[in-house]
Amino acid sequence: MQYSFDYSSVLEYWPQFLHGAWLTIQLSFGATVLGFALGSLCAAASNSRSRWLPRIVGIYVEVIRNTPLLVQLFLTYFGLSSIGLPMSATVAAMATLVVNVGAYTTEIMRAGMDSVSPGQIEAAECLGLSRLQIYWHVILQPAMERVYPALTSQFVLMMLATSITSQISAEELTAVANLVQSMTYRAFETYMVTAAMYLCLALLMRAGFTLLGLVLFPRRRKLGTPI
Amino acid sequence: MGNASFNLAYFGYMLQGAAWTVGLSALGFIGGGILGALVALARISRRTPVRWAASLYIQVIQGIPLLVLMFLCYFGLGLMGYDVPALAAAACAMSVYASAYLGDIWRGCLQAVPRAQWEAAECLGLSPAQRMLCVIVPQALRLATPSTVGFLVQIVKNTSLASVVGFVELVRAGQMVNNTLFEPFAVFSLMAVLYFAMCYPLSRWSYALERRLKTGRRTRLAA
Repeated sequence: MQYSFDYSSVLEYWPQFLHGAWLTIQLSFGATVLGFALGSLCAAASNSRSRWLPRIVGIYVEVIRNTPLLVQLFLTYFGLSSIGLPMSATVAAMATLVVNVGAYTTEIMRAGMDSVSPGQIEAAECLGLSRLQIYWHVILQPAMERVYPALTSQFVLMMLATSITSQISAEELTAVANLVQSMTYRAFETYMVTAAMYLCLALLMRAGFTLLGLVLFPRRRKLGTPI
Repeated sequence: MGNASFNLAYFGYMLQGAAWTVGLSALGFIGGGILGALVALARISRRTPVRWAASLYIQVIQGIPLLVLMFLCYFGLGLMGYDVPALAAAACAMSVYASAYLGDIWRGCLQAVPRAQWEAAECLGLSPAQRMLCVIVPQALRLATPSTVGFLVQIVKNTSLASVVGFVELVRAGQMVNNTLFEPFAVFSLMAVLYFAMCYPLSRWSYALERRLKTGRRTRLAA
């Protein structure tokens, strides 16, 4: 192997890399927050007494979970614009990520909500809590507490998956890497730097979620055990 | 519309791409399975450095997007002086990616086999290899099947990323068809339908396996 590694020519582009990483962070943050909201709503809808809502949610979840994100992105960005709904790459990326992570969140949150025992809900009804109060205090919060680890690893996976949006020219970290490697011809070094940056982001995100968990769920912290 | 319309030839081309998607998934699963088994064993090794190394490997691979792994394999293998076909690079990336996740899943399943089984095997004087192969693995396999089949869905979906290194699987084939027809909505919808047809049966199967496991014996799945 006669190849001398040259990271300096790649690292010269650090402002671009940082810029790309910033968009990655923005996409991840937006998709986490909106996707969580969408997923929780859908999970509630799938437990509703209506005949159609659970079926619609079921179809949504199965369709999203059984097709690749790349295809979903293409369908949103190229497909929808060709039938008269054009949008910018960043908007398309964000919308697709939200819909995508929403489906996974629905599954996870539904599992959490199913784990709340009916006795708890009946007790809350007897105490005269309104439906909204029951939903917020008795169902949503304990459910989230239980599925928090699964939820956070899903969000980390989603952050990594934002790299796929480079394929529709959203200018996040991987897209910057593609650009830099085409200018420096140092493909391997470029992607090593990119990989290291993603790894740092993933570790930071995991650490952040652990801290957030400590703040959000004091009960778990006080008991010292998962409930 | 354009000068060409969607016909059976295009559909056939996309089906051929779908066949390569299945092929690449199989390669990724076999490679990832072999590596993943090693990772799982290393993860429960008695030697602390081995455990740490395996754990570090899992952390690192699970912290890098598969897309970047694809590029690294493609350009990295090229650097070593091989003229790599896209299939080899993609299969290599898929194997490494799958090994980290499968290793983690299987480690959980190996550890979920009750402690008493390990001890009983030791008391019967079985060698470590015998204990693993005859006592632990058969029981762990039962636990591991649902989540492994579930992960197979991820593998099939993620082979779509092999299109970026120029491997002609379903997405790449679809893109080429779209370039001639320029009917993105129809072509990408068909692509989604084909992926769904491959993944949905696997999802249902995984779900059914999980149900059977839960009703058959009350065990908590670690994965």
